[in-house]
Amino acid sequence: MQADDARGMIFRRKDLLGLADLSREEIQAILTTAASFKEISTRSIKKVPTLRGKTVITLFYEPSTRTRTSFEIAAKRLSADTVNLTVAASSAVKGETLIDTAKNLEAMAPDILVIRHASSGAPHLLAARLRSSVVNAGDGLHEHPTQGLLDMLTVWEAKGRLDGLKIAIVGDIAHSRVARSNIHGFRTMGSEVVVAGPQTMLPPYLADLGVRVTFSLSEAVADADVIMMLRLQLERQGQMFFSTLREYSRFFGLNPGHLKLAKPDALVMHPGPLNRGVEIAPEVADGLQSAILTQVTNGVAVRMAVLYLLSGGEVSGAAA
Amino acid sequence: MGLLLKGGLVVDPAQNLEETRDLLIVDGRIAQLAKAGTIPGEGHEVYDCTGLVVCPGFIDLHVHLREPGQEYKETIATGGRAAAAGGFTAVACMPNTQPVNDHATVTRFILERAAAAQQVRVYPVAAISQGSEGKILAEYGELQAAGAIALSDDGRPVSNAQLMRRALEYAHTFGLLVISHAEDLELAGHGVMHEGRVSLQLGLRGIPAAAETVAVFRDCELARLTGARLHIAHVSTAGAVEVIRWAKARGAAVTAETAPHYFSLTDEAVRGFNTNAKMNPPLRTAADVVAIKQGLADGTLDCIATDHAPHSVLEKELEFDQAANGIIGLETAVGLSLQLVAEGVLTLPQLVAKLSTNPAGILGVAGGTVREGGPADVTVLNLNQPWTVDVAQFRSKSRNSPFHGWQLSGRAVMTVVGGEVVYP
Ligand SMILES: [Zn+2]
Repeated sequence: MQADDARGMIFRRKDLLGLADLSREEIQAILTTAASFKEISTRSIKKVPTLRGKTVITLFYEPSTRTRTSFEIAAKRLSADTVNLTVAASSAVKGETLIDTAKNLEAMAPDILVIRHASSGAPHLLAARLRSSVVNAGDGLHEHPTQGLLDMLTVWEAKGRLDGLKIAIVGDIAHSRVARSNIHGFRTMGSEVVVAGPQTMLPPYLADLGVRVTFSLSEAVADADVIMMLRLQLERQGQMFFSTLREYSRFFGLNPGHLKLAKPDALVMHPGPLNRGVEIAPEVADGLQSAILTQVTNGVAVRMAVLYLLSGGEVSGAAA
Repeated sequence: MGLLLKGGLVVDPAQNLEETRDLLIVDGRIAQLAKAGTIPGEGHEVYDCTGLVVCPGFIDLHVHLREPGQEYKETIATGGRAAAAGGFTAVACMPNTQPVNDHATVTRFILERAAAAQQVRVYPVAAISQGSEGKILAEYGELQAAGAIALSDDGRPVSNAQLMRRALEYAHTFGLLVISHAEDLELAGHGVMHEGRVSLQLGLRGIPAAAETVAVFRDCELARLTGARLHIAHVSTAGAVEVIRWAKARGAAVTAETAPHYFSLTDEAVRGFNTNAKMNPPLRTAADVVAIKQGLADGTLDCIATDHAPHSVLEKELEFDQAANGIIGLETAVGLSLQLVAEGVLTLPQLVAKLSTNPAGILGVAGGTVREGGPADVTVLNLNQPWTVDVAQFRSKSRNSPFHGWQLSGRAVMTVVGGEVVYP
């Protein structure tokens, strides 16, 4: 990373919809800024006046306390006013359309709308129609850009670089927006990405995204710098994607034996929440190589950086 | 007093004709088709067709007119006006109305509304199964007597192979054509676009090409088994083209159509989550487009139909996976199809055959030629007129077209049905 190049630059986007759209420089700018914001979180008074007077609305059509809280804390540490709306899927079906909801929110003139929605492309639908900035907090199977960014920040801090690293992403790639954002992000930053899982969970054409595809967990983690385990959605069992949980964990769950195949300082990551004993053995999740809690900490920093940059803030590089 | 179309290039594949002629219409019939400049204009309404192309009226054998039941999207009258403006003199309307056209009373209602609209000819397609539920056969004899010309559970494909076999046999008994929307619903799953690179990137659930190809194969084999006549609707995949070619070579009584969007667009059009690029079957890949064009050129695909599927903003201004399938096509089909002639995929007579001669033959309806004595259904084209697709100008009630803003060259400039000018 060359943080100096990014310093002082202004992030010129209205919205953050996905990492597929971002250039290397833009991703670098967000990570650099996020690293500088991490320092704020270590202060006794964890607040700066940067976004005073700005309003951030979080609009969640899927329950996710974790991501919503992370955005809210990020906004509050920058002194923005926050409003949180959680729309139950059932009432959304009966009630007004997404566009109507968004137009109503727009009437309250928020500066940034953070949206989580089960339909891929829902944030894009809003972004095209609203003056406010739109941040995608996860749309369907499509992208979860702030998760990808916090994962990259975590790896960058631990390794000092992203270029040339080998990243293994393991599990249900087909149904994972986290995987898509990480594939786009890490590839753009020059990392090598290998994905693994049963073929039922590896959609066709994955190789076209510039990743290596294998059905073998051992092969994926061999010499890896980072092992990223995806959460298995337990309801997939009985849906033709795999047989039993027992078998899944035996063939696609990360255990201490796998760590021996990876680089000695390999980082173990997971976007949470964990299914301990399914996709990851408890002793690995809690082990010395686990970066899972750092990911959570970095989530706040990355979201602060995104909110700040979309509000027209200058890229800063203090921590680089 | 007659209507004299003077000096146009008459293209009529049924007569193997491509020559400058005068065409005289009297009392709703083609009275005379003679050497240019030989029919005197006195006593007739005369149209100078110099530089224009005069064809047998175009027949669209796959439209959704939404009446009865969803008149806010389209009616038989507005759909008829859209057809006329697009150069079509007849349309075959699919039975997925509310109620479903699975009963003679619905068929008669459609024909009454069409007669009242006085636009194009409307040929009702009735349901294969009652309610299009894929369980019990509809009353084919009664439906035919009421005016239905074919059978289809379009939009709700027949999953049960046994029922499809019996439908083909029962339809064959009455000499009725079965039109198959060939799709393996299980394999299509919850897919909302073609399964490929674009669906992977957009995180949208995919419908593999195989969902169409395997269903086309099943129905072609059932046509061979039963000897019944089968027409495959809206072919979108290279695999389906290959299977139909194979079945035809083995003597199956199979015909097939594709739609302009399947040779004009690919799944790339979905990028940006464009719901006007959402239809079923979905837009496929560039390789499929090449195969569709080959299929048209070598005759595997007999005709071009629009699958005109009007929807309002209520169904389209939504999250992509929530939006309805389908686009309108009546007013863009001819312009898009003429691109095939410009590209050298089809000759002009071949294109006229795909839009008129062949659909008339497949449906077994009058028209499809401008032979003397036949009904005066005529489409006049200006091949050189550049125009910009503007959905605001459409006669259709709906606006769901992915072609808005496209520059096209050539269009229908006059549409005559039974001797009456219905467009312009
Ligand atoms: Zn259909």
